[in-house]
Amino acid sequence: MVEHGDIRVVHCGGSKINFRDPVITHDSRFLLCASGEAVKVFSTSTEECIHELRGHTGLVTGVLLRPSNHLQVYSSSLDGTLRLWDFTDGILIKTCVIGYPIYSFYASDKHENVIFIVASMPSDKRRFQLVAVHLPQSGDQMVEAQELSAVLSGVNPNPAAIAFGRGGEFIASVNDLQWSLEGGWNTFTCVACHPKDDCIATGHEDGKIRLWRNFNHKKEYTYSTLHWHHSTVSSLCFTPEGTNLLSGGVESVLVQWRYNQESERDFLPRLGGAITHITVSPDGSLFCTSHSDNKITIIQSCVKVSAVIQGLVKGDIRTDLMMDPRSKALVLNGKPGHLQFYSLQRDKLLYNLDIVQQEYIHESGLQQFEVVKAAFDASGSWLATVEERHQKAAELELNLKLWAFDEQTQSFVLNTTISAPHDAQITAMCFCQPTDSQTTLLVSTSKDGHFKAWQLAAPAHTEDEGPSWLCDFVSAYHGLVPECCSFSADGSLLAVVFQEVVTVWSPSTWELLTTLSQPPGAVSDLCFGRLSCSKYLLGTTASNLLCWNLLTCSLEWTTSMDVRRLVADPLSENMAAFCYQSGSTDLFVFKPSEPRPLFSHKAVCSGKVTQAVFAPREEMLESCEESSQWLNRSQLYFLTQQMDLMTFTTKAEEDRLLASSKQVSSSHWFSMTPFYLLLGKHRQQQQEHQDSDSSLWAERTALPQTSASMKELLQTPAHVLPSTSYLCSMFVQSLLISVSDARSEKAHAEEEMESEKEEEDSEEEMESSRSKPELAAAAATESDTPALTKAQARELRRVRKLDHSWLAGLLDS
Amino acid sequence: MASFKPTKIQVYPKLGEKVTQDTLYWKNYKAPVQIKEFGAVTSIDFSPVTPHNFAVTAFTRIHIYGPFSQEPVKSFTRFKDTAYCGRFRSDGQLLVAGCEDSVVRLFDVSGKVALRLFKGHTKAVHLTDFTSDRYQILTGSDDYTCRLWDIPNATELTTYTEHTDYIRCGVTSKLNRDLFITGSYDHTVKLFDARVEKSVITMDHGQPVESVLLYPSEGLLVSAGGRHVKVWDLLKGGQPLVSLKNHHKTVTSLALSSNGQRLLSASLDRHVKVYNTTNYKVVHNFDYAASILSLGLAPDDASIVVGMTNSILSIKHRKNQEDSKEIAGQQRRRPSYRVFVKGKNYVPKQDDYLVSKPVKEHLAKYDKQLQRFNVSKALDTALGTYIRFRKPEITVAVIKELDRRGTLKNALAGRDERGLSQLLNFIIGNLVDARFTPVLVTAAEMILDIYQSVIGQSPVVDRQLLRLQDLVKREIEFQKDLLEVLGMLDTMFASSLPRKEVPCSGHFEKERCKF
Repeated sequence: MVEHGDIRVVHCGGSKINFRDPVITHDSRFLLCASGEAVKVFSTSTEECIHELRGHTGLVTGVLLRPSNHLQVYSSSLDGTLRLWDFTDGILIKTCVIGYPIYSFYASDKHENVIFIVASMPSDKRRFQLVAVHLPQSGDQMVEAQELSAVLSGVNPNPAAIAFGRGGEFIASVNDLQWSLEGGWNTFTCVACHPKDDCIATGHEDGKIRLWRNFNHKKEYTYSTLHWHHSTVSSLCFTPEGTNLLSGGVESVLVQWRYNQESERDFLPRLGGAITHITVSPDGSLFCTSHSDNKITIIQSCVKVSAVIQGLVKGDIRTDLMMDPRSKALVLNGKPGHLQFYSLQRDKLLYNLDIVQQEYIHESGLQQFEVVKAAFDASGSWLATVEERHQKAAELELNLKLWAFDEQTQSFVLNTTISAPHDAQITAMCFCQPTDSQTTLLVSTSKDGHFKAWQLAAPAHTEDEGPSWLCDFVSAYHGLVPECCSFSADGSLLAVVFQEVVTVWSPSTWELLTTLSQPPGAVSDLCFGRLSCSKYLLGTTASNLLCWNLLTCSLEWTTSMDVRRLVADPLSENMAAFCYQSGSTDLFVFKPSEPRPLFSHKAVCSGKVTQAVFAPREEMLESCEESSQWLNRSQLYFLTQQMDLMTFTTKAEEDRLLASSKQVSSSHWFSMTPFYLLLGKHRQQQQEHQDSDSSLWAERTALPQTSASMKELLQTPAHVLPSTSYLCSMFVQSLLISVSDARSEKAHAEEEMESEKEEEDSEEEMESSRSKPELAAAAATESDTPALTKAQARELRRVRKLDHSWLAGLLDS
Repeated sequence: MASFKPTKIQVYPKLGEKVTQDTLYWKNYKAPVQIKEFGAVTSIDFSPVTPHNFAVTAFTRIHIYGPFSQEPVKSFTRFKDTAYCGRFRSDGQLLVAGCEDSVVRLFDVSGKVALRLFKGHTKAVHLTDFTSDRYQILTGSDDYTCRLWDIPNATELTTYTEHTDYIRCGVTSKLNRDLFITGSYDHTVKLFDARVEKSVITMDHGQPVESVLLYPSEGLLVSAGGRHVKVWDLLKGGQPLVSLKNHHKTVTSLALSSNGQRLLSASLDRHVKVYNTTNYKVVHNFDYAASILSLGLAPDDASIVVGMTNSILSIKHRKNQEDSKEIAGQQRRRPSYRVFVKGKNYVPKQDDYLVSKPVKEHLAKYDKQLQRFNVSKALDTALGTYIRFRKPEITVAVIKELDRRGTLKNALAGRDERGLSQLLNFIIGNLVDARFTPVLVTAAEMILDIYQSVIGQSPVVDRQLLRLQDLVKREIEFQKDLLEVLGMLDTMFASSLPRKEVPCSGHFEKERCKF
């Protein structure tokens, strides 16, 4: 993080959740996993992230439940501290400073207040040792652990390489090349110990699992081999009772072996990416697997996937960063053959769109179809994707797919597949963006030297199939390779870059209007100005940033900088240029019409920035400072060379975020919906009122504090509120001045009396002969049975009335 | 846990003509009924009254056929020579016909002997028609004259001698008793008004006119002659509207689909073309065995009757909508159908709780094998007889999928002589199909790699390998020729394109690409 005045560069979501094995709590309600510099607490039923335990300043390398108190959790980090958390409330209880980076750590029931950590040897940083740490017993928040004792040296820093057997009676450790337990002739990858038996299971790189027994006696150990996996076993785990052994590997199949009946096994195939970790909940009811595609799958007793927690996949980003105009989600390629839609506001993966629609074969070294390009049209109703597969050097399989947004299912539906749209790789793709025009146009440029325009054509003859995309125009320019293309904001011009030459075409007539060129250096990025700057066309070369005026067809200005990425803000005239200079990247935000940049930021990050995007904000910021005004309408996200997603925030925004997060953390763990805010608060108030009413009965000073709930009600958007009829009474009640229960009861009684009186008035006319004692008696009975409801009372009166008239008649006679 | 994604079978665009609404409409006819007449069928005319019998003029006879039977319900045989142009009166009671012997005969449809004989022409009469007042007859003859006759007296009323060649076609107005149109071999179409002495409008068709047709509104006139069909606007004084040239031989007959939306033209080139009358594009085409001389269309397009030079009359009846549906429905229903649908059509009531059953997804056999990684078996399944011959795209898709999985070599290897020859047969059969070539070439290369050590051991396989070699050689030659042609065409196009000056020296080519 680099500070720069008011605006800061911050990491933004999407951290790894599959780095270390997750932990399921004793009640199976929560799942805890290390995620970057924090520990995330997920609900196993709703997949929702409930807390983020923040405090570490380095990468969190492990999470463990505290053996003595299962409502607390330890976490270790590369910053050399162990922290103890209360995960239900998300509170840091204790910090224990070790002083060395902790690569992984273990605890066992037998050893109270002892934590075993893996740290690098002081002598050689590349070798690691297992160290027992005695946690000091003190009430302080911050303690320093002094008692350290080395247990085992030369261990593997991978947490899967060490296991504690039988509640900590022995330690099994495997190493990369040699074997701590001798006799292996294949590289060990992971180890697990049976919880009850003297049995150790080891996974190997050749896909075999070996079960070792009788190792207490030297040189008399025996082992048996289980073989199903065809490549490396990456994780092993025994169920808590020791009845089953779970194993997983790159095949993405969870294999369940029966202990002692190893010929019987169950499979759960196609879980996603390669399995990296397997854990079992302490009661054995839930399994959970981490996958290489940043995903955690929660499985109910090896038969059913009950929940999937998916993080942002940032393995090999080949598409540009894009914004889905509809959902305002960040779109990039994720799992193999998928596009992922990632909500930046909620830091949550919305969904994956399967582009390739082929069975994924989990085998290393196999060439798979990859999504390499994608583009949205301005309204988000069309999506174009390119997938390719390099089989051999000469052969290239290429598919261009066009997806239409389906309003009913709220997702993209495949409309047209164009196989082999070009002879060579597609270098760029863009949609025409006119708002008024009916036809949508897609232009793709390829390394085969051509660019093609595709158009949505109505079905020529048949009516049973909808419109599909057809090639409308093909062109080339001097056999040069087109590198990128861009439409002007109104869609009246198309600019295609052929190495050093920018050609400008008219999409309506497909005429070459003009060519612009400014040697030396091939133009690598191109974009039109917007709004008031729409007469400018900007291009970047390896050494220059160029700006042409399209009215005069001449170069307006140029500056020498190595711009790697040029992005235009869709909502304003602003442009952001990332330029690479001496090992780090600088950012300049400017308007094409103004000579001075609006904002510049040196050394945003180290390495190159090749992908960036402006994301429109949900609500505009009202910053008046000149340097941060460009962030008012949209936010700039970029991807560093290390595949970190970063963004810029202003101080005001950060303060607001902090405030809201505090508010959230103070409340209960379940999700803070506006509905909850409204009703929950109201209930609290009601309780308070009752309390206050009973205590301050005489004074009656406690006016109902309506402002909070009213504010909630008025500020929440209408579509998330419950129905008005439901809220109305509550709202009205909250407006009323609080009165005591007794008083209201009295009023109620009075009201009832009044209505009764009315009825009785009418009755009296008929029952002129009714005697007073009877009335008194009736009143007495009524007062005797106050529990009677109104309806019952009325019924009673009617019966009484009947009786009386009849009686009266008798008396008269 | 995602489910298994089945192999994607590529959908290839169907070659040949596209299925349109018109195609469906005009294809919805039963197999034609063919009737042998005594000579070339020169005229077909439908009776305007139900049951819409039609008169077929062929050689010296006129046969009247009913809508259902294949035998003529009536025939007029008292012609001395070839009869021409048998036409019904608008009430369907009378029939008039010309003859090679220049006598025009008028028949009662129920009688046998001619009621009247109109003598006066000196040469063969090819055109006869009733005027709309039903009391007069129009005739046109090879003696260059057309005449109007009075039916009751059998006398000649008027003679027009404006044409300078044979009059072979004509039509009377259905709305006006005095108007009629004649077409002649002198390339003109003339509109006459019986109230004046001479023609009112003359239109030059450019070729000998073989047939004329009036639209029901009588604002437009269609004439056919030579290879052209021309449409004239009568209300604008005979302005040409469209000229259609879709036949490659003389157009002989015209008909209008009963709703006036489609125009049909029949020609000696053995085709009947259907035009859309709004844009005059050909929307459908019928092929016949011989040159067509006459064409008739029953009201509501219930049948298309075509007479040909080889004296065959071909009648196509429209398929009955209900019939076709019922048959199709019955075919689909098996005996167990009732058991199958039991409870399926139950509409849940409002407070019923619906227990959703997981939809069992059906996988094709080869997909099931692929799911189990049985690659050889998957390929075997995909090479089954039905799939191999009827749906080669499935076999190719499975080969492609195996190739993607990197297991194609395993699937191809280990085959005996029979299996290998089957595989080679498939490859030989489909290799030159441009849609399958990339995949099959890979497979063929792999087969050669795998089995090169056993070449020479089986005569069957050796023969097939030689065939494959031969095929590839021929294909390469063919491609070379094609490229040469393409090069020639390119140079021709390049020279014909107007050179347009681009602001900067930009060479650009414009080609439409079909994908």
